[in-house]
Amino acid sequence: MIDALVVFLEATVRTATPLALAALGETVVERSGVINIGLEGTILAGALASVVGAGMLGVGGGFAGALLAGVITASAFAVFVVTLRADQIVSGTAITLLSLGVTGLLYRGMFGSAGVALTVPTAGPVAIPVLSSIPLVGRPLFVQPVTTYAVYALVPLLALWMYRTHGGLALRAVGENADAATAAGISPSRVRWAALLFGGALGGLSGGSLAIAQVGTFAEGMSAGRGFIAIAIVALGRWSPVGVALAAIVFGAASALQFVAQSLGWAVPYHAFLALPYVLTLLALAGATGRMVPPAGLGRR
Amino acid sequence: MPSGSFARGAARKWGGRVLLVGVLLVGAAVVIVSALSVFAGHDPARVLGALWSGSLGSPYAIFSATLVRATPLILTGLAVALAFTAGVMNVGAEGQLLAGAAAATALGLETRGMSGWLTIPLALIAGAVAGAVWASVPGWLRRRFGVLEVISTIMMNFVALYLVGYLVRGPLQEPLGIYPQSSPLPDTVRLPLLGGTRLHIGFVLALACALGAWWVLRATAAGFRVRVIGANPDAARSAGMIDVGRTMFRTFLLSGALAGLAGAVEVMGVTYSLYENLSPGYGYTAIAVALVGALHPLLTAVSGVFFGALEAGAAAIQRDAGVPSVLATVVEAALILLLLATVAIRARWRRPNPVAVASLISLPAPAGDRS
Repeated sequence: MIDALVVFLEATVRTATPLALAALGETVVERSGVINIGLEGTILAGALASVVGAGMLGVGGGFAGALLAGVITASAFAVFVVTLRADQIVSGTAITLLSLGVTGLLYRGMFGSAGVALTVPTAGPVAIPVLSSIPLVGRPLFVQPVTTYAVYALVPLLALWMYRTHGGLALRAVGENADAATAAGISPSRVRWAALLFGGALGGLSGGSLAIAQVGTFAEGMSAGRGFIAIAIVALGRWSPVGVALAAIVFGAASALQFVAQSLGWAVPYHAFLALPYVLTLLALAGATGRMVPPAGLGRR
Repeated sequence: MPSGSFARGAARKWGGRVLLVGVLLVGAAVVIVSALSVFAGHDPARVLGALWSGSLGSPYAIFSATLVRATPLILTGLAVALAFTAGVMNVGAEGQLLAGAAAATALGLETRGMSGWLTIPLALIAGAVAGAVWASVPGWLRRRFGVLEVISTIMMNFVALYLVGYLVRGPLQEPLGIYPQSSPLPDTVRLPLLGGTRLHIGFVLALACALGAWWVLRATAAGFRVRVIGANPDAARSAGMIDVGRTMFRTFLLSGALAGLAGAVEVMGVTYSLYENLSPGYGYTAIAVALVGALHPLLTAVSGVFFGALEAGAAAIQRDAGVPSVLATVVEAALILLLLATVAIRARWRRPNPVAVASLISLPAPAGDRS
């Protein structure tokens, strides 16, 4: 039973990692008053770029490729939403659609038709000495790929930056009231561009984490709605880095439940577990929305 | 809702120039396809040739490929157009389509032996109702809890996909239990084909729905309410004559019903059985269909035929020129972005930025800008 619990917790943290990365990036983006529905496409582009990069240059090249792809897709979104002031929802949907098509074309162009399993170098778990030998939580928390440790570092840093620095204040000011921020000498466009680039880098890294640290290969459409789930996680975590990280853990647990169910042989249809994270997203949004206060300028042009 | 202003901008600017825009869009599609072909190392002339012969190059291509593909695109495109007109960002047509397909299949298999005059309408209604029920969940979440429907409808898409995955391996699986698909539908729920082609009567139904939606939006009080809440929900609310929440919810239901109908029509007229990959993303392409159709029901039908031709042609270029058919997805996304950029740039030229104007005359920005 303890073994099953450790396996469950390990899977929870592993599946929560890409969600947390994407959601932390999106937290910054939404704090600037922009909602990036194109995050799904960013994750997908990051996943493909990481596999290509890892195949050519190893794991480091994989993560570099993921970051680059994330920044490129987010820039495309920023051109439409910030520079041209186009509709955020429609632009984001188009970017996701574009990424779905382009990654599909590139993947088939480079690796032939689907069905061939790619083998690339992957970022395996790294055990942290001493900490990893703590009973029960040691393995789940401290025998994980490097991207999980990036999340551990990112949460406090981001919280400090957002609430304790001028940059963080400028970000929040733009999201709450862009006109007031402009009057105070802050350029909302510049802040939003920066926020989107940061969010894109983390979104790309999320895809990279999914592909080369979790699944080990690329498949068309492998992001499977994680970008949208990440947006829900941001709302559930109430736009704060710590809250968002905790919300990501909840979703990781929901996804990890299927491994436990398989190992314990529960007689529940397999598809019910596949659907669980999506149903949970709906429930969480319904339960949390009433008490949430999103950035006042969110989604406005 | 920001989409409302986009739609109005698009509709206003293209009022008398539909043909010109159509020609430009086709031209843009040709340019994008050629560029992608060159980029992917294929001969663009050969790719465009395959695209033409697979979509519009012969009566067979038109009636048995393009219009067959166009049918679910018109119906889901109408679902999206109607929703966007009301400011309801329903991007869940894919899930609503699957729900409709599953319901029509279940009803078709249960009513084996009954008269087709009865079972065909019943199965179509079952599909529409299932689509509406599927859309009612995000509709209710929006109305009761204010949950953003962009996220909830997409979550419902995934739930629908896994629900179909379960159904075709469980309750609806074919009796041998080998393949993850339902038994073939009995003849009594198959839609009649039109004159020796593969085109079924669902295409006529889709056109009728477009006419109906056009008439409702244009000439009825309900249509007026839909347009008003999309144009300015705050004005509608403060005028007090329109229950914004109820109108939005009903729009969700109607939008879902149209998408559900698309699913029913697809199983009853094309696939004749339910399986997971029933829809190659019709519900997502529908967004492009609706936007290119400027959210106008009749133009959406035309746009549905355009994208039907694109997808039929994409299938042909995969078959004949070896270019993956996801090419069509790239073209769709590029066309949406092209439209967005055009509308955004033109809107910027025409309307001065209120903040910039206010700062010129050193006054605070107009408070009315924030709703």
